Amino acid sequence: MTTLYWEEEIETLPRVGLESIQLTRLKHLVARVYATVAPYRVKMDAAGIKPADIQSLADLQKLPFTVKDDLRDNYPFGLFTVPMDQVVRVHASSGTTGKPTVVGYTKKDIETWAGVMARALTCAGATRRDMIHNAYGYGLFTGGLGAHYGVERLGATVIPVSGGNTKRQITIMQDFGSTVLLATPSYALNLADAMQELGVDPKSLSLRVGIFGAEPWSENMRDEVERKLNIKAVDIYGLSEVMGPGVAMQCLETGRGMHIFEDHFLPEIIDPDTGEVLPPGEQGELVFTTLTKEAFPLIRYRTKDISQLNYERCACGRTMVRMEKITGRTDDMLIIRGVNVFPSQVEHVLMGVEGVEPHYQIVVNREGNMDTMAVNVEVSEVLFSDEVKNLEKLTRKIQADIKDLLGVTCKVQLVEPRTIQRSEGKAQRVIDNRKI
Amino acid sequence: MRVEQIAVFLENKSGRLAEITATLADNGVNIRALSVADTADFGILRLIVDDVAKAKKVLKANGFTVGITNVIAVEVADRSGGLAKVLKTIEKAGLNVEYMYAFVNRSGENAVLIFRFDETDRAIAALQQDGFTILSGAQICAL
Repeated sequence: MTTLYWEEEIETLPRVGLESIQLTRLKHLVARVYATVAPYRVKMDAAGIKPADIQSLADLQKLPFTVKDDLRDNYPFGLFTVPMDQVVRVHASSGTTGKPTVVGYTKKDIETWAGVMARALTCAGATRRDMIHNAYGYGLFTGGLGAHYGVERLGATVIPVSGGNTKRQITIMQDFGSTVLLATPSYALNLADAMQELGVDPKSLSLRVGIFGAEPWSENMRDEVERKLNIKAVDIYGLSEVMGPGVAMQCLETGRGMHIFEDHFLPEIIDPDTGEVLPPGEQGELVFTTLTKEAFPLIRYRTKDISQLNYERCACGRTMVRMEKITGRTDDMLIIRGVNVFPSQVEHVLMGVEGVEPHYQIVVNREGNMDTMAVNVEVSEVLFSDEVKNLEKLTRKIQADIKDLLGVTCKVQLVEPRTIQRSEGKAQRVIDNRKI
Repeated sequence: MRVEQIAVFLENKSGRLAEITATLADNGVNIRALSVADTADFGILRLIVDDVAKAKKVLKANGFTVGITNVIAVEVADRSGGLAKVLKTIEKAGLNVEYMYAFVNRSGENAVLIFRFDETDRAIAALQQDGFTILSGAQICAL
């Protein structure tokens, strides 16, 4: 099989050349951010670092980290480096409390994003002759539109089917001849099960490859998707803060790891406790510096995702470093059906419901292929009622508020006081029964 | 003319009702009437007891969520049509019954109907106007 590249020269550039591009871009980025964004300047001044101190890629380590709280503190647009009249799009994802994390893009950022996404699609063997079924959600979430623009850039045909309405999706796959599927892996399994119910043989479809991301999935799940849908399943990685989908992509040639598009996104692996940079091959927290983004660049953004970097030359010929599948998080963020959920957001909702003291527990299960979230809430005297309708109204309100804030449907269950397990006096907030 | 009722939150799991009754028994609280409202997810136990304050204290001490609400106890003759007459008065007054339950007193002559209304005062007035006997908490305990 011949390897396909979208931008062969840069994708296969010897590392010396790549690193030289990275350094030039890094210097430019730091100078620009220092000059235009007060919060960055304040942090750098406090650390005693000036843009001129960045003379090598190793000097990156001198710069302070950016964390999700910085984004919250500067909500919504405080970290943008360009005036709003140059921002052509915003996206948002879950923040740790009520407010979402907002990201912005200039026209050039959208083009850059489409470019890396086209690279990612090509990594998976897609070409302009493909019919690409985009089942990522469209909207504030970066998945749908990010992938969409990449497909158009590639020149393939995009079917902007978005999430849901599984039966219709299958009909479209049959009638339009979808060849590439973009979805969360759990939704892919859902599609497979629905096909079985409807008596649709996946072998009768034109589907060849599936590009899956936005939630953690195991190698076992990959085997299952490949077997059930009769396709090759590859991994894509991205997060809205850094860009969206297309930050890193698995190639068809190797079974392991995703190439990070390093000319745009400079990765580091750090010890999450000390903040120290770890040598290649060691597992730790993934940190990104965006080298080319205009509207919303990030310097040393801590993703809280746990991974490791592999600089070995890949069989596909790409010289860009590969990151391992995400094996966990350094924080308590959960991903439920592709949506980021922080327990603190649930707490925020409960605090807002009069009388509910936040003794709660989130229980996550995978039923069939779908993640389910239940929130157990201890009934305090203040919110207790002798009337069933009042308690039912309360559970419905909490459910609706959680759905409003997080975009996730959950089941709220009222439980007796002190029935939620506490370890060393502290409640265990999350029980995740999924085997990922 | 109101009667204090104890309500206890129950998770739907086996043994909870037994724990409550055992707790009350251990503390010498006598249950005069009870009803359980249950849904798929939880239940609410409602009790008329001889010592409301003590019942509340011991149940709370045992980790239960307890609430006290006012209900109305109407005494009617234990004969066919006894409840129907009361309900007619309630309907006429445009009152809404949140829930109700009943028990028969020891002599077996009279039945006591426990009603929970949203508008307790208006309900008392309407029932009294039609000549019904409304019992106080002390009267119920003395039955």
